Amino acid sequence: MKFPRHLLSIGDLSRESATALLDTAAELARISDGQIKKLPTLRGRTVVNLFFEDSTRTRISFETAAKRLSADVINFVAKGSSVSKGESLKDTALTLQAMGADAVIIRHHASGAPQRLADAGWIAGPVINAGDGTHEHPTQALLDAFTIRHHLAKDRGTLDGLEIAIVGDILHSRVARSNIFLLSMLGAKVTVIAPATLLPVGIESWPCSISYDLDDSIEKFDAIMALRIQRERMEQAFFPSEREYSRHYGLNGDRLSRLKSGAILLHPGPMNRGVEIDAKSADSVRSVIVDQVTNGVFVRMAVLYLLLSGSPANLAEEVKG
Amino acid sequence: MTRTFKLVNARLATGEKSSITVEAGVITSIGENAKSDVTEIDLKGKLVTPSFVDLHTHLREPGKENAETVASGTRAAVRGGFGAIYAMPNTNPVADTAGVVEQVHSLGLEEGRCDVIPIGAVTRGQEGKQLAEILAMAHSRAGVRVFSDDGNCVSDPLLMRRALEYVKIFDGVIAQHAQDPELTKDAQMNEGIISSRLGLKGWPAVAEEAIIARDVLLADHVGSKLHICHLSTAGSVEIVRWAKARGIHVTAEVTPHHLLLTDELASTFDPIYKVNPPLRTERDVHALRDGVADGTIDIIATDHAPHPLESKECEWPAAAFGMIGLESAFAIAYRALVKSGSLSLQSLVAAMTTKPAVIGSLSDRMSGLTVGAPASLNVIDLEKEWVIDRDRVESKSSNTPFHGLQVEGAVESVLFRGEWVMRDGAILR
Repeated sequence: MKFPRHLLSIGDLSRESATALLDTAAELARISDGQIKKLPTLRGRTVVNLFFEDSTRTRISFETAAKRLSADVINFVAKGSSVSKGESLKDTALTLQAMGADAVIIRHHASGAPQRLADAGWIAGPVINAGDGTHEHPTQALLDAFTIRHHLAKDRGTLDGLEIAIVGDILHSRVARSNIFLLSMLGAKVTVIAPATLLPVGIESWPCSISYDLDDSIEKFDAIMALRIQRERMEQAFFPSEREYSRHYGLNGDRLSRLKSGAILLHPGPMNRGVEIDAKSADSVRSVIVDQVTNGVFVRMAVLYLLLSGSPANLAEEVKG
Repeated sequence: MTRTFKLVNARLATGEKSSITVEAGVITSIGENAKSDVTEIDLKGKLVTPSFVDLHTHLREPGKENAETVASGTRAAVRGGFGAIYAMPNTNPVADTAGVVEQVHSLGLEEGRCDVIPIGAVTRGQEGKQLAEILAMAHSRAGVRVFSDDGNCVSDPLLMRRALEYVKIFDGVIAQHAQDPELTKDAQMNEGIISSRLGLKGWPAVAEEAIIARDVLLADHVGSKLHICHLSTAGSVEIVRWAKARGIHVTAEVTPHHLLLTDELASTFDPIYKVNPPLRTERDVHALRDGVADGTIDIIATDHAPHPLESKECEWPAAAFGMIGLESAFAIAYRALVKSGSLSLQSLVAAMTTKPAVIGSLSDRMSGLTVGAPASLNVIDLEKEWVIDRDRVESKSSNTPFHGLQVEGAVESVLFRGEWVMRDGAILR
């Protein structure tokens, strides 16, 4: 199986390589359960967290993943947001290359910045997209898939036949984009549910169904993922008020009671409690939101492992050694 | 200028063979019966066209001389076969006064290798709030006849109406950059399937079409002349077609890049493909070609927009909009329109010569290959294949989306008012 050189978008993965990645993450999770917290795999390798946008959670998750593989981690928080302010992406990349970065994990407010970094020839090593603008967040989708698989498919096989809803601001969500393409590739039936203003033009061509109504078919879903809604969207006339949004698209106690048996709730965090999800839902037994965070580390370990050291077959050997 | 010579074995765009005699900078005869006692230059069947006229060039001087100057821009123009280029006013300072347009005009005269004709701003500072001193620019030594806020749209309907009325005083024209600003806030590329997938903010076709629809109705209402810059969507073609059928005085231009490239190129996230208006879909490209073919779109204009390397060597949203285009214009238009079978060579030449000259009130100087006209013409080798190379351009900037593309049709020699300004690919002035 061929694993991509970079992880920039879900489009870089095949069903086979995505499954291998999730299997590797499951193996890493199993090893961690057995008290082996740290593997020697990436000893001597330097991984850079290049964050042009604040995200403590994602940065810490990647940092933890890299450290558990014994890599050295450099956190580079870039302040500049454009060519005129601060250092350019190119100069930052050249600097990291000159310092011997073996892999760069990049979070950027601009869609496509990771691909520029990978394609422009400024750095040699693999580039991992940790969220770019409103484009993609592939490791978030992978950890979501991992979590769904763990709870609903017993860590095995695919997501074939599972009904999964993604609710909220699809238009501006990199999490939604990555998830729609990954979950459907893995066999799930994805439905996006949002007010029409928060659905992108041309979404009919994506591998998902579209609904404006959460209550319409809430009973059928095996997993429901609520997306963070940003208050600024209200000011831009995407919806009239938080109250109206919450009433029609928020996960709450009433809707919780209608879920089918065994259904789970996901949220990529950070949550706006009381808007897209209420406390009762977020803290219920249905919620796997905390698991998502735990699984994020395993999935990111698997990504680093596969991008930096090749095939998944070595893993068992290394643990033995 | 006193030299007399005769171009023999020339092929005209109509396909007929001809000879052209030039005396004292003027064409004195066309056809086989021309004088025989003068120096003959054998063109060996190559195409001769009138000089091209570009109604839409950004020369960047004054203010952004790191991107382009009148000197470098006119060299690029000559390389592309242009004898006249209209310089857009979005310089720094904006060309919104007689002083600035005269400065650009005189810089062009100093360079002397093609005509540089300033376009004046419609509104002060191109801010869209109050009219610039349009009459002062019209009556200046630059004799401005075309006004545009290009880069910005004159979005206020009342101001647009007034501008259209005001230029009637001297039979001028307003060249509108049709882009509703509210519908395109922070827009990065064509809004459609690709922009949604890439998470880049969309620039919907309706933002162009709504302004064009409004403006053709305004032009009709006040009986003035409207020109649409860089038309880019299928819907815009339909609206202009309807307006022309109704007898409204509207003309329209299309750029070579909108005739060949589509928004799928944005998937590379390489901002070399970032341009305003954005690259559209294949359906739009075909509608634009059809629009040129049936005369709905009158002319080809380059929207030559030079930017320094650092404005493109960055992430897409941070990058500048625009592409250079003077040097590759003919080859790209030839490929997109003539080679594709959409248009005759003769019609393409008209769309790059006499037709833009009429819109820009330049017919006295650019009246085509006619006896008595200034001898400004191009010798073009239509069969010659060449590769567009961003590292070998006359422009100060290298932001061409066509780097590495093999094309046919090379402008080899350029005569400007009877003087060779380029000969066999070498710029002489």
